[in-house]
Amino acid sequence: MTNSTTPLPRLYPGMNLGETDPDTHEAAEELVFGFWVFLMSDAVLFALLFAVYETMVNSTAGGPGAAQLFHLKPTLIETLVLLASSFTFGMASLIMKFKQHVVLLQIALIGTLILGVSFLGFEISDFAKLTRQGAVPQLSGFLSSFYVLVSTHFLHVLSGCIWILVMLIQLSVFGLDETVKTRLLRLGIFWHFLDIVWIFIFTFVYLLGLL
Amino acid sequence: MISNSYWNPWFGKLTLNAIPTDSLVAMGAASIAVLGAVGTIVLITVFGKWRYLWSEWATSVDHKRIGIMYVVLSLVMLSRAVIEAIVIRLQQAVSVNHSGFLAPEHFGQLFTTHGTIMIFFMIMPFLTGLINYVVPLQIGARDVAFPVLNSISLFLTAAGAFLIMASLVLAPFSTGGWTGYPPFTGIEFNPGVGVNYWIWSVSLASIGSTLTGINLIVTIYKKRAPGMRLMFMPLFTWTSLCVAIMMIFAMPPLTVATALLALDRYLGMHFFTSGAGGNMMNYINLFWEFGHPEVYIIVLPAFGVFSEVFATFSAKALYGYTSLIVATMAIAVLSFTVWVHHFFTMGQSANINAAFGIATMLIGIPTGVKIYDWMLTMYRGRVRFTSPLLWAIAFLVTFVIGGLTGILLSVPPIDFMVHNTTFLIAHFHNVIIPGSLFGMIAGYQYWFPKAFGYRLDERWGRIAFVCWTAGFYLAFMPLYVLGLKGMPRRSVETFQSSFEPWLLVAAVGSLLIAGGLISLGIQLYVSIRQRDRARVAAGDPWDGRNLEWSTSAPPPEYNFAVLPHIEGRYPFYQMKKLGHAYPQQKTYQPIKMPKNSGLGPTIGVASAALCFGLVWYIWWLAIVGTAVIIAAIIVRSFNRNTMRVISVEDIEHTEARWHAILAAAVPVSRDQENVPANVGLAEFMS
Ligand code: HEM
Ligand SMILES: [Cu+2]
Repeated sequence: MTNSTTPLPRLYPGMNLGETDPDTHEAAEELVFGFWVFLMSDAVLFALLFAVYETMVNSTAGGPGAAQLFHLKPTLIETLVLLASSFTFGMASLIMKFKQHVVLLQIALIGTLILGVSFLGFEISDFAKLTRQGAVPQLSGFLSSFYVLVSTHFLHVLSGCIWILVMLIQLSVFGLDETVKTRLLRLGIFWHFLDIVWIFIFTFVYLLGLL
Repeated sequence: MISNSYWNPWFGKLTLNAIPTDSLVAMGAASIAVLGAVGTIVLITVFGKWRYLWSEWATSVDHKRIGIMYVVLSLVMLSRAVIEAIVIRLQQAVSVNHSGFLAPEHFGQLFTTHGTIMIFFMIMPFLTGLINYVVPLQIGARDVAFPVLNSISLFLTAAGAFLIMASLVLAPFSTGGWTGYPPFTGIEFNPGVGVNYWIWSVSLASIGSTLTGINLIVTIYKKRAPGMRLMFMPLFTWTSLCVAIMMIFAMPPLTVATALLALDRYLGMHFFTSGAGGNMMNYINLFWEFGHPEVYIIVLPAFGVFSEVFATFSAKALYGYTSLIVATMAIAVLSFTVWVHHFFTMGQSANINAAFGIATMLIGIPTGVKIYDWMLTMYRGRVRFTSPLLWAIAFLVTFVIGGLTGILLSVPPIDFMVHNTTFLIAHFHNVIIPGSLFGMIAGYQYWFPKAFGYRLDERWGRIAFVCWTAGFYLAFMPLYVLGLKGMPRRSVETFQSSFEPWLLVAAVGSLLIAGGLISLGIQLYVSIRQRDRARVAAGDPWDGRNLEWSTSAPPPEYNFAVLPHIEGRYPFYQMKKLGHAYPQQKTYQPIKMPKNSGLGPTIGVASAALCFGLVWYIWWLAIVGTAVIIAAIIVRSFNRNTMRVISVEDIEHTEARWHAILAAAVPVSRDQENVPANVGLAEFMS
């Protein structure tokens, strides 16, 4: 047990629990580092999907291209929703670290969950609109790569939402114990990572597509 | 053949027609697969071993058990793939101006399964198994960082292997080669289920390896014993670290390639189709962004083994430790910069080809450094020609030949002449067999005494070595000639009488290799029979230098009763030199170890069901499999009771028994390592 006033070394990138919970701080080292490594492989996966997308932007096979299909307003709203969810998750992390208050933490997580689910809802309605226009993934190489890139992100957010749900239950069952904390630490990194990936999608797929 | 539109909600496209009754050879293989499976089940039942297998092996999360299971899986798959190789060789030998005994479709499946198995289900599990077993011991750790994840990786790989075995009985497998290039493997040209088998078995292996990579990186970075700096780590651990990092970067391209191919096939998308904006070059780039690093993923662990073996059996520290590490790292980095050399002929500009050709040649430099380091390690050493060293020496010579033909191939104009011929087949077997498989066999023979507590029979080890080496030269040198004469690879039939003698020699060589494989089997059998005369329970049969040799053989579950403090390279050698190799501890602390977990096997079975369902379009099975995987993970996350404690009494008891063996052991000199007097205690010399 370390005296809570001596500063502890940072053990990994991102929010460390540090002096607020020295034991969990140490226990988190391997787990969070491992999660960063996993995200590395996930980042490679997204990078490749981006690369495939970029090579296929013009492979519209006579069908509609980015400029005809995308609209700035709904995607901007999606983006803001997802960014807001990152903010609420940031609050959740700070509550976990400094307040250690289960109910407040749950409120922040429920807020994140609601935002996350709304994001998914917006995307589904986006896809539905495209489908109604006949722009289905089977139409062209461009649309295949667009759908797969965006829905891979979608599936990630969906798993993030399920993960939040599970953590909400675990918070009620176990309280804020070491395991729950280290899991929330990793969930937080995951959530922000998905935000960053979305920013790339927003920029390279939507903004550049509409340019 | 069934019509493509046939589909039944319960069995998807699966019908009794899937059993390959139309070919004698295929029926034989199917019968062997069924008999093997049934026989194993009957034997386990007769001996009442189900509970033992479940609680001691399947659910075990001990890195040592998982390592052993990986190697067992790999040896089973090696046997199948070698048999397939022989069938290919026999077919080609008898099919000059003649159709031979195999139908083209069947021949296509054979080279596809041979290649796929050898890469994904033989060499990958083999090296993963060795790394799993050895690395935690070498770095003074009690387990890997994520033991349950480790078990999941194992069972994902096993599920992939199961699919390939199932395809023998419920045929067919893909005919698209181990590379599975579209558009040939697209739904338009390959509407059957064969390619599905290939996609899902490879995807399972790929995901399993990604998880292994994550696990190993964290293990090596975070779980080293106190004082073990990176530059103190044994070479095998170093190569494992490089390989783990490479897995993180190289496996995702494969996953993406197979996933997109699956989307093309199942959902009618247009990633790699020849119309509607599809671009098959994307597949080829993705595949080789995995494929080239992959060849170094499979070769670097063997380099690690050889580094250990040369040092140990020359009784010397490695020559050029640092340069070996730098060379390993250089190879790892360069291996991501050369993938285009696999398709020089596919239309990019001459300048691009030149750049990738030069990058390829550069890899020869660090590899050359290594070769010299190993030779200089032997120079003036006290060399003993025990089996592992024999493989290492055969590697040294043979690998250089393979490397030189690789340099030839890296010159685009030469590649244009010989690409897609058996010259290429000769080249890559010439590097893979000595460079990777021999390394794995050497590692298996080197660490076997550690894992099981007795040495392998030396005589049969030598016989196996002679058969494999001679067989290799006979089987593959003719292919260089045939390639230069223009024989295309993957030919079911050829029309040049002058090919025939070379093909006959190659066939004989492959039979000799089969003899080598059988000798390895006999060696294991004989060694088990005579194990009482070869026990090395004290733990150090070869006068080893690294930490894995400082434990009993086999090591206790917790590896180290007290974590060692490391002060330099070759820690066990240092301890022996200072005369305190086996310190008696006065007090022990209880040790926390992870409990067994059924999560790995559950996910393995569920993902096999998921993928089998996908192969045959049995949707309900796929959905059930997916649901079970998700549910199992969530249920597991609520389990708070995942650790157990090994009590001080248990540790004292285990340690006392080992120290009694040590006290009774008579040290032997290095020259006596293959006689019964060697009970695993080495006499200290220099
Ligand atoms: C043990 C002795 C082996 C023999 C006799 C053997 C023989 C063969 C033969 C005859 C072929 C087909 C050549 C052709 O297309 O004309 C082949 C292909 C191949 N082998 Fe082996 N092989 C052996 C070991 C290995 C090992 C250890 C590996 C890898 C670890 C390996 C990987 C491959 C691959 C990737 C292919 C290409 C398959 C394809 O065309 O898609 N082989 N081998
Ligand atoms: Cu290559």
